[in-house]
Amino acid sequence: MENEKNKVTVRVQKIKKNYIKQKLIFFLILAAALIFAAVFSDKLCPYDPYAQDLSSAMQAPSVLHPCGTDTYGRDMLSRVISGARASIFSTFILVAVISVFGTAVGVFCGYYGGILDSLMMRVSDICLAFPGLVFAMAIAAVLGGGIQNAVIALAAISWPKYSRIARGQTLALKNAPYIHAAILAGDTSGQIIWRHVLPNMLGPVLVTAMLDIGTMMMELAGLSFLGLGAQIPMAEWGSMMSTGRSMLQTYPWVVLSPGIAIFISVVIFNLLGDTVRDYLDPKNNRSARR
Amino acid sequence: MSIILEAEHLTKIFTRRGSEPLKAVDDVSFQLESGETLGIVGESGSGKSTLAKMLTRLTDISSGTLRVEEKDITSLKRRELREIYGTIQMVFQDPMSSFDPRKTLGYGICESLRNRGMKKTEVDERVKQTLEQCGLSSEFADRYPHEVSGGQCQRAAIARALIVEPKILICDEATSALDVTIQKQIMELLQELKEKRGLSFIFICHNLALVQEFCDRVLVLYDGKNVEEGTTDKVILHPQNEYTKKLIESAS
Repeated sequence: MENEKNKVTVRVQKIKKNYIKQKLIFFLILAAALIFAAVFSDKLCPYDPYAQDLSSAMQAPSVLHPCGTDTYGRDMLSRVISGARASIFSTFILVAVISVFGTAVGVFCGYYGGILDSLMMRVSDICLAFPGLVFAMAIAAVLGGGIQNAVIALAAISWPKYSRIARGQTLALKNAPYIHAAILAGDTSGQIIWRHVLPNMLGPVLVTAMLDIGTMMMELAGLSFLGLGAQIPMAEWGSMMSTGRSMLQTYPWVVLSPGIAIFISVVIFNLLGDTVRDYLDPKNNRSARR
Repeated sequence: MSIILEAEHLTKIFTRRGSEPLKAVDDVSFQLESGETLGIVGESGSGKSTLAKMLTRLTDISSGTLRVEEKDITSLKRRELREIYGTIQMVFQDPMSSFDPRKTLGYGICESLRNRGMKKTEVDERVKQTLEQCGLSSEFADRYPHEVSGGQCQRAAIARALIVEPKILICDEATSALDVTIQKQIMELLQELKEKRGLSFIFICHNLALVQEFCDRVLVLYDGKNVEEGTTDKVILHPQNEYTKKLIESAS
């Protein structure tokens, strides 16, 4: 009876695990397709995204121009595809930088503690006390326009989230019996952090980073929309929406095509983040006995 | 018999902001002879586990002296302690959480050998041998902590402690998270290892029956203080201290 019940739970877990795995693969393929589009945007664009053709300005979506054209007669589809490069790559760089830097700071503070810990945490408190985008706007405005400066501005305000998570995780893990066992095995502090602390907190950090891709993409587009990120005529989704916003009622495709592009990418990366979280959950990961 | 571990006036004070400093271990002195088993008993919060952590220097010693094989290790740094951990090892209370959930049991067991720069083939052989001595087949090296039972996990933890061939093994309630039959098996294993390897044990426990069966001498801790010390029979059959009497009464 007991055995029978056990078999059923194992089977259920297996099905659940397979389902999560399939979901993960599905979203990974979608994300890969987006990245593919960004990498090969030059080859995928049916037209030159910057070529103006005033005679065919403001055309509605048609077979020739699937997403229509803008005020200068530039093909919207080409501009959206080429905008993917700017948006997706800057987002990836941004998230990579803040997650690595924030985690490093957090682990260091959590593990060693002391004055440096208090100091860094107060700095991160200050960063967290401001509404994110407002602070980023201030920094971006000081640095001037341009997508690099927008990335720097967002990085400067976003790393504390990771250092908070990493610090909390480190503090919790630091007193785990297996860390004590590692000390007894003669591990140095560096070895303990590298072998036992980082792998055990990778899950939460990775999930936060995955979920942050969507958020950061929106914030970057937001800064560009406000004119603090990508500069005209660069094809970038946020700035494209910004230029088209006055035409929302008359020529909606000018706003909708970059808008839908942002929507789709953010949804894909958010769902990917969720699935990664489910996948990394140790309770689903292996056929646990407990 | 020679004295292998000597504790003199060990004291641990926890200071917390906004509250009175707490004396978790208060002026505890004892000696451990080689090949001897010393039981440390006491109720929850009497400072047993803190004392165990002090003996392995997992927590700092506020005052007093701790000597292992006549070497003063009271204030050695982490790097210098590496050598001492070849002599003194510890088995923890909860076997499951004493292994890194993301690493195999084998990884945890061989970590100390790898840190000592042993070759991989040699390490694998040693892990296999030690696991077998602890009653586990070598395939357990590839399992994860949550894939084995509590008793198997504790056997692996004992293997991890013994792989460096220590002289002193500290068992911090090593059997209290296990059920009674498994507890008996683990005790038999410890007894066997003690006879085979001539290990000295510090056996921290609140189960007086186990202590009576297994230990040569007993030290009774109450409120961080060493209230009574002597041979097992003397302490358990003819307790002198009021607290010891109460402890024994409540157990029988």
